[in-house]
Amino acid sequence: MADKRLRILVAKPGLDGHDRGAKIIARALRDGGFEVIYTGLHQTPEMIAEAAVQEDADAVGISVLSGAHMTLFPEVMRLLKERGAGDIAVFGGGIIPDDDAVKLKQMGVRQIFTPGASTEEIVKWVRENIAPRT
Amino acid sequence: MGNKKKWLETTYKQASERPARFSTVSDMELDPLYTPDDVAGSYDDALGNPGEFPFTRGVYGSMYRGRLWTMRQFAGFGLAEDTNARFHFLLGQGQDGLSTAFDMPTLMGYDADHERALGEIGREGVSVSTVHDMAALFDRIPLDRVTTSMTVNCSASILLAMYLVVAERNGIGWERVGGTIQNDMLKEYIAQKEWICPPRPALRIVTDMIEFCARKVPRWHPVSISGYHIREAGSTAVQELAFTIADGICYVEEAVKRGIGVDEFAPRLSFFWNLHNDFLEEIAKLRAARRMWARIMKGRFGARNPKSMMLRTHAQTAGASLTAQQPINNVVRVAIQALAGVLGGVQSLHTNSMDETLALPTEQAVMVALRTQQVIAEETGVTNTIDPLGGSYAVEALTDRMEREANDYIRRIDQMGGMVKAIERGYPQREIAEAAFHFQRQLEQGIKAVVGVNKYSIPEEIPIATLKIDRAIEERQIQRVRKVKRERNSVAVKQALDRVAEACRSGENLMEPICEAVRRDATVGEVSDIFRAEFGVYKDPGWI
Repeated sequence: MADKRLRILVAKPGLDGHDRGAKIIARALRDGGFEVIYTGLHQTPEMIAEAAVQEDADAVGISVLSGAHMTLFPEVMRLLKERGAGDIAVFGGGIIPDDDAVKLKQMGVRQIFTPGASTEEIVKWVRENIAPRT
Repeated sequence: MGNKKKWLETTYKQASERPARFSTVSDMELDPLYTPDDVAGSYDDALGNPGEFPFTRGVYGSMYRGRLWTMRQFAGFGLAEDTNARFHFLLGQGQDGLSTAFDMPTLMGYDADHERALGEIGREGVSVSTVHDMAALFDRIPLDRVTTSMTVNCSASILLAMYLVVAERNGIGWERVGGTIQNDMLKEYIAQKEWICPPRPALRIVTDMIEFCARKVPRWHPVSISGYHIREAGSTAVQELAFTIADGICYVEEAVKRGIGVDEFAPRLSFFWNLHNDFLEEIAKLRAARRMWARIMKGRFGARNPKSMMLRTHAQTAGASLTAQQPINNVVRVAIQALAGVLGGVQSLHTNSMDETLALPTEQAVMVALRTQQVIAEETGVTNTIDPLGGSYAVEALTDRMEREANDYIRRIDQMGGMVKAIERGYPQREIAEAAFHFQRQLEQGIKAVVGVNKYSIPEEIPIATLKIDRAIEERQIQRVRKVKRERNSVAVKQALDRVAEACRSGENLMEPICEAVRRDATVGEVSDIFRAEFGVYKDPGWI
C-alpha cells in the first residue's frame, strides 16, 4: 500500500493580508503531491490549532509578514500541545529576521523560509522532513 | 515608412538573437523593434498636448516645469509620538507632504487593547485607537498647510473623522484641510485584504465619504483608486491597469446613483499606481491610464469639467521587487522605478527604502530613498521637457496595447455585472493569483532573473542594520487606550455610537455621526464593532 499522502495546513494568522506567498506555497505543495488545506486570512492561533487537529494535518505551515511572528508562532505551538497535538510539525516563513528565526527554531519551529526561498526548496524540505503522524 | 515586416524577414533574421524570452516582467512579449508601422491614431486623438484631452502626455499644462511632483514618503511605526518625530524629520529634509502608515489593528478596526491586536501594535505602522492618538500624531504640524495622505481603508471613515476633529480643535476649518485617504475598498477584496464587512456595505461607506467630502471637505481626496496593492499581490501591469480603472468606474457609478453630479466629485478622485522594474511597461501603463480615464469619464459618464477627466496620481516603487539578498542593490531598483514614474508623469511619489524587505526602514535608508527623488528632480534633467518619451514608437505602441488589453478586461467585468459581482465571483482574485504563480515559476525556471537571488547570488552576506520596534510600546499603548476608556463620559459615547448604528440602518450619511462619536472619545474599535454588528463580517473565501 502506498504511503498516506501528507496533509499540510497552510495558515495565515494575524491581521496581515499579504497572502501572495501563502497562496503560491499552497499551490506548489499541492502540485508537489501533498494534500493542502489553506485556512484563508486573518486566523487566530486558536482557529489554526483547531483546524490542524480537525483536518488531521501532519504539518502546519505558517506565513507571517506583519512582524508579529514572535507572538503568533509560539501561540500556535502552545495551543497544539494543549490539544494533545504537539507532534504536528510547525514550519513557516515570511519577513522574519535571522535572529528571530534562530529563536523560533529553538522553540521547536522546524524550519523558517525567508524571502527568496524557492517553492522547489520548500516542497523538497517538506518531502524530506515531514513524516505522517502515527 | 519603416517596412518592419521586410526588415524582420531579412536583416533581423540574419543577425543573431540570444536564447532568451524577450518579454516584460508581466511576461508581455515585445517585438525586436517598433516603427511608425506600429503607431496608430492621430496625434490629437491619441495623445493631445499636456493639460489637454485625453491627457496622455500629462494632466497639467506645464507639468514639472510648473511644479515638481510631491515627494511623499510613507511613514508610521510605534506610538503616535514616534511617528510624529519621523514626520518632523522628513519635513526637515525637504519633503513636502506627509503619508501615514497605520498598524494592522488600526487598519482592521481593532483597538490596541483588543486581543487580536497583540503582537501587532505599532509594528508595521503607527497605532491609533482614539482621537488623542491622532492629535499626538499630528502634533505641531500645520494641517492647513501640509497635505496628508492616510493609507487606511475599512476603518477610513473613522480615521478621517478623527483627523477632521483634530483640525477643528486646532482652529482649522474643514474647508481648509487638504489631503488624501486611500479608502479604496474594492481593491481590498481583490488584493490587500483588509476588510470589516462585505463588499456592498463597504461600498456604501465609501460613497458616503465621497458625498460628505464633496460637500464639507472640498480639498480632500476621498478615495485613492489603487493599483499598487493589486500589483504587489502579483498581477501583471495590464491587470493592475484594468482592475484599477474598473474599480474607479464602480465608484463613479455608485456616486452618480446617489444623485451626486459627476463633476461635483470626480475632480477629487485620485489614483495610486505601482512602479515596477520593467521601465517601458510602467511608463506606458501610466500614459495608458490617463488616456483611458479621460475617455471613460467623458464618454461613459458624460463629465464636462476637464478636471473630472484628469487622472492625477500618486505612485510608489514596487515593494515586491525588492530583495532581502544584497539589499543595497535595492537602491538601484528604486531609482530606476522612480525614474519610470517621473517619465510617466506622476503627481506624487514614494520611493521605497532599501531595507524594506527586512523590516520597517531606518532613518538612514529613508533618507537615501528621498535623496533618490531629489537627484532625479535636480540632477538628471528629465524635468526640463514634458513627456520626453512621447512619440517613441515603442512607448506609443505599448501604451496602445496596454489600453486595448485593459479594455478587454473591463468589458469582461462589465459583462459580469460590474466589479462587485466580479469580486464576489473571485474573478480578479484568481486572475492575480494565476499571474503571481506564473511569475514565480518563470523565476524558478530561470526564464526571469532577479539579481542576487536566482542569478549573481553570493553565499555569505553582510547584514545591514534594521529598525527594531521596542515591544514595550505595546503595553504603553494598551494602557493609554484603557485610560481614555476609563475617563470618558461613557453615556455620551454610548449615545453617539447608537447614532452611528441608526445611520447604518437608515442609510443616512455616516460621516457626521462618526465625527460626533470620535469627538466623544469613541474608539476605532468601537465604531468598527458597530459596522460588524450592522453590516456583518466578511470572511476570506481562501481561494488558491
